[in-house]
Amino acid sequence: MKPLTLLALILPGAYVVLEWTLALSGFPHDMGFNPVQWTHHFLGETALRILLVSLAITPLRDITGWAPIILIRRRIGLAAFFYALAHLLAYVWLDLDWSMPKLWEDILQRTYITLGMGAVAGLIPLAITSTNGMIRRMGRQAWQRLHYLVYPIAILAVAHHFFAEKGIQMGPLIHGAILAFLLAWRLVKFIRLRIAAAQPA
Amino acid sequence: MKFRRNPDYQDLRSEMTPEDLFWNRRKLMAASGAIGAGLAFAGTAHGDPAPNGPKAGAQPAPGTALKSKKTAWTISDSLASEEAVVGYCNFYEFGTDKSDPARYADKMTVSPWSIEVSGETGAAGKYAVEDLVDYGKLEERVYRHRCVEAWSMVVPWVGVPLSSIISKLKPGPKAKFVQFETYLNPSEMRGVRYPVIDWPYVEGLRIDEAMNELAFVAVGVYGKALPKQNGAPLRTVVPWKYGFKGTKSIVKIRFVEKMPDTAWNKANAHEYGFYSNVNPNVDHPRWSQASERVIGGKKFNERRKTEIFNGYEKQVASLYSGMDLTKNF
Repeated sequence: MKPLTLLALILPGAYVVLEWTLALSGFPHDMGFNPVQWTHHFLGETALRILLVSLAITPLRDITGWAPIILIRRRIGLAAFFYALAHLLAYVWLDLDWSMPKLWEDILQRTYITLGMGAVAGLIPLAITSTNGMIRRMGRQAWQRLHYLVYPIAILAVAHHFFAEKGIQMGPLIHGAILAFLLAWRLVKFIRLRIAAAQPA
Repeated sequence: MKFRRNPDYQDLRSEMTPEDLFWNRRKLMAASGAIGAGLAFAGTAHGDPAPNGPKAGAQPAPGTALKSKKTAWTISDSLASEEAVVGYCNFYEFGTDKSDPARYADKMTVSPWSIEVSGETGAAGKYAVEDLVDYGKLEERVYRHRCVEAWSMVVPWVGVPLSSIISKLKPGPKAKFVQFETYLNPSEMRGVRYPVIDWPYVEGLRIDEAMNELAFVAVGVYGKALPKQNGAPLRTVVPWKYGFKGTKSIVKIRFVEKMPDTAWNKANAHEYGFYSNVNPNVDHPRWSQASERVIGGKKFNERRKTEIFNGYEKQVASLYSGMDLTKNF
């Protein structure tokens, strides 16, 4: 299951590399007339969707009762980080030409950039602590507590997508609805556990 | 046994071939073959009216070759490829993806077409495209099209000055603004299922802006009648403003005294002002307008510095003398 997951997670990245290789060598490609923007959208949406998939693992386990599925959760989350990082680097490279003052100005002035940067920044500690060694060193509970950060990060990511689009568009709303469902699932579970715990045995 | 009335009966009936057409179908097919051949010929002869084609001066079908004269309104930058001009469009009525208009605009009915003129005018009424646009006097203008999304394309439009149409419509002394409205038909426009903006699309200009020699009404692009996704059969082109100030597939022209509520201004007044003149010094709240990506060229990531009034400062700056362009963005 693990190698298959890895393969699935690498595919979107391989697709971007293939499209650019085709385009730069003069072959027909799928990126349309604005390959840079296509790349931004593709990497960003891939990062966000993979992040949503990682958040769907726990509900899936609860529904199916299939515990081993949890083993692929960490690498899915890590893939979301790498796509988000690629999305950010593509922006800094292709749009800002590596200008740090421009990036700083964007972060301060533009809401959707601020939100997106917040999401990537939040993913960094989660990515760093994603190894077995780190889990052991931090202790399961502390690690778990740190990784609750993924909830606000996901909200930032959806908000970033919403504010990046012109007008009210469907894509961000669909992602928002999926995220709301995944978070509501956890909230309901949490409340039920509390009620169960409060009742005398 | 129960007989169920077919609720679609009326629809079926309307799709039937009328009897006279049915009996004369062979003759018709022969004639349409001749028209087809005529059009092919017209294509090579750059717009000479085909012997069996539409009569000269009538609204041509999208893609028909148009005869036009070159004008001094041209820029030396290389043109965006025709594929980019007809394939990379914002026409949200067909969807928000740039490729949606080319994919879905085909369903739009552009003939017959009528334009309703109303408001402060001595010439209110319904007009055909050829009543407003003199197809014998078309000119070609190469303008840079600068989208508010910080990209631009160099486009060879074919059409007539907007002022020639405004003059025909005799705006009264109270007409301070002119408002344009885009065709709206949910059964032909899949994008309007979503409230991206408050449909129908409405745009407007101050009368003196509309009368400026640069303001243009395009009925064609690249020497051919406008494809549907570019706003067939007629659309405004206001080259010193962001692209959305142009109105595609116009069905209503209204002369008004007060500044009209325009689509993007209504959607987000903070981001899209009524004037929306191209200005590298006034950023969109969400992105910089200092530079733009060039679309449809040979390079994949070409950028150029955005010019004030999109390079047409000499022709239009006087329209805004004394105005604070940061406030009146």
